[in-house]
Amino acid sequence: MKMKIVLFFIALLIFAPISKATIIGVGKQKAFTQIKQAIAAAQAGDTVLVESGLYKEGNIVINKKIFFLGNNLPILDGEHKFEILSIKADSVTVKGFRVQHSGYATLDDPGGIKVYDSNFVTISENDLYDNFFGIYIQYGTHCVVKNNTIVAFGKDEQQIGNGIHCWKSDSLQIIGNHVSGHRDGIYFEFVTHSVIWRNISFDNLRYGLHFMFSNNDAYFTNLFKNNGAGVAVMYTKNVTMMNNTFEENWGDAAYGLLLKEISDSYISGNFFQRNTSGIYMEGTNRIKAEKNVFKSNGWGMKIQASCMDNVINNNNFIKNTFDISTNGTLVLNTFNENYWDKYEGYDLNKDNIGDIPYHPLSLFSVIVENNEPAMLLYRSFMVSLLDKSEKMLPSLTPENFIDNKPLMRAAKL
Amino acid sequence: MNKIIKFVIIDILKNKIVLVYTLLLAVFSWSAFGLEDNSSKGILTLLNIVLLIVPLVSILFSTIYIYNSSEFIELLVSQPVERKKIWQSLFVGLSLSLVFAYLIGAGIPLLLYAEQSVGLMMIAVGCIISVVFVAIAFLGSILSRDKAKGIGIAILLWLYFALLFDGLVLFLLFQLADYPIEKMMVGITATSPIDLARILILLHLDVSAMMGYTGAIFKDFFGSTTGLIIAFTLLALWIVVPFLLSLQIFKRKDL
Repeated sequence: MKMKIVLFFIALLIFAPISKATIIGVGKQKAFTQIKQAIAAAQAGDTVLVESGLYKEGNIVINKKIFFLGNNLPILDGEHKFEILSIKADSVTVKGFRVQHSGYATLDDPGGIKVYDSNFVTISENDLYDNFFGIYIQYGTHCVVKNNTIVAFGKDEQQIGNGIHCWKSDSLQIIGNHVSGHRDGIYFEFVTHSVIWRNISFDNLRYGLHFMFSNNDAYFTNLFKNNGAGVAVMYTKNVTMMNNTFEENWGDAAYGLLLKEISDSYISGNFFQRNTSGIYMEGTNRIKAEKNVFKSNGWGMKIQASCMDNVINNNNFIKNTFDISTNGTLVLNTFNENYWDKYEGYDLNKDNIGDIPYHPLSLFSVIVENNEPAMLLYRSFMVSLLDKSEKMLPSLTPENFIDNKPLMRAAKL
Repeated sequence: MNKIIKFVIIDILKNKIVLVYTLLLAVFSWSAFGLEDNSSKGILTLLNIVLLIVPLVSILFSTIYIYNSSEFIELLVSQPVERKKIWQSLFVGLSLSLVFAYLIGAGIPLLLYAEQSVGLMMIAVGCIISVVFVAIAFLGSILSRDKAKGIGIAILLWLYFALLFDGLVLFLLFQLADYPIEKMMVGITATSPIDLARILILLHLDVSAMMGYTGAIFKDFFGSTTGLIIAFTLLALWIVVPFLLSLQIFKRKDL
């Protein structure tokens, strides 16, 4: 008797979960032809498998824990009127859909896929096309947004939302997405303990990546290219930025990386190429920037006088028009062991560290900072002369703006 | 006319100074590109050559050459040759030899080492600058019969365009810093061929920095096709106007 009871419970343990989870097909030859009916019929833990086809069902709400999968990229169309997918339950998976033409409204920000107050939601391998907001997560934790392609065709910042918009969330993973044509590629506001990894964000109207009030986050190995204003990290602390590439962010207010009111962060192994300004720092404190490469930028780094206790070590500055510029005379940051291709000193003891300190701030960069049209005179002989004499006897540039141990050869990074 | 040009060029070749100039340009350029591992520094060295040495050699050599051939000119004038033809042939002969010197000396390394867009722009601009300063030399030397004075004028003109002008512009910039003068500045640069040349190259060399606010104004102007056409037309005017002026004077001058 006892044996039978034990066997019964074992059987229950083995079969119960399987017998409960069913696959509900949606499509022309399937049990349901409409997604909404299928979701209504589904139990928690079921899979709703949608066959390829065009589905115009307005706003689809997923309010139970299901696997919502698409076979051969079925198309969910919002007809420019509706928010397309609203996820209002924990542990939902959405995978393999093409989500297109969401509505446009500035009051409730409809998105292609929007997550409301939910945890452990996974959104992967979807194709989002021409939506107001692409993927929108509010009050989500432990959500994963992975390998999605997000494309929109914004003309004007006011008329288009962000590619991946995260608000008041925690522990998110944004991995391997391609975002283009939105206002901001990836937008973080009040998002903590999250990681952004291997995304490509390009041709967005404003920022490739936009951080506001988002502490303790990290982004690695992303590519930000040709965005209206580059990447902005603002009002935040403890951000780790590593191995990213910032490229071709051109314009007066465009920066490879804009740091505003940031503290205690770490910037390493990044590659800044062909930006008007590689890094622009304003009100940043206690940042360590090391092992980055600044190549062919207009300005390698613009460090405003409001920054203090930043450490800039072991970076390579190559082919920049100006390596560094600043707007004041107060210098509270330290530079050490960077490679400056404009360094003209010597190294008698062959330890790869130049024997004379290097003043990275050229007189002309100070002049241009104060009087922009002077850029017109750049590389004229007169200006080169002024620069040379200033290098010998600094008078206008701050004397302590100095790299005491400039490297003779570029660090291998 | 062709005969006179041929004669002038052969005379210049015999004189060997232009050959040495070619050689010097070649040594400068090859060493500039050879010494630095990063080609943009070589470009900068060459930029200084284009902006300083090319104008200096062009204006000085042409001035001295014209003074030295005054007897030859007098001889030609006594022959049944139009004065216009004589003056034009001299101009073409001098320009051609200096342009070829630049093309062989600096052009080849530029083609080999520099990025294509920058290299081609430097070659074009260098040739034009050579001819511009030949034209200015023609005007300067026709103004005075005294050789010392003529050479003095040439040196002063070079100093003005190569050094003084930028200083004046810088001074203006600071005096008028409170006004929106960006567009005016574009106009002012058009009054110096060397500055025009420099900005044309700058737009290729420092493209990232030029995308900043003021830079963008220049970029919009000089970077567009119409801007390029305008810039090159202005440079062409710097050739045509001084030469035509000198031609007018030469036609009526009592030698």
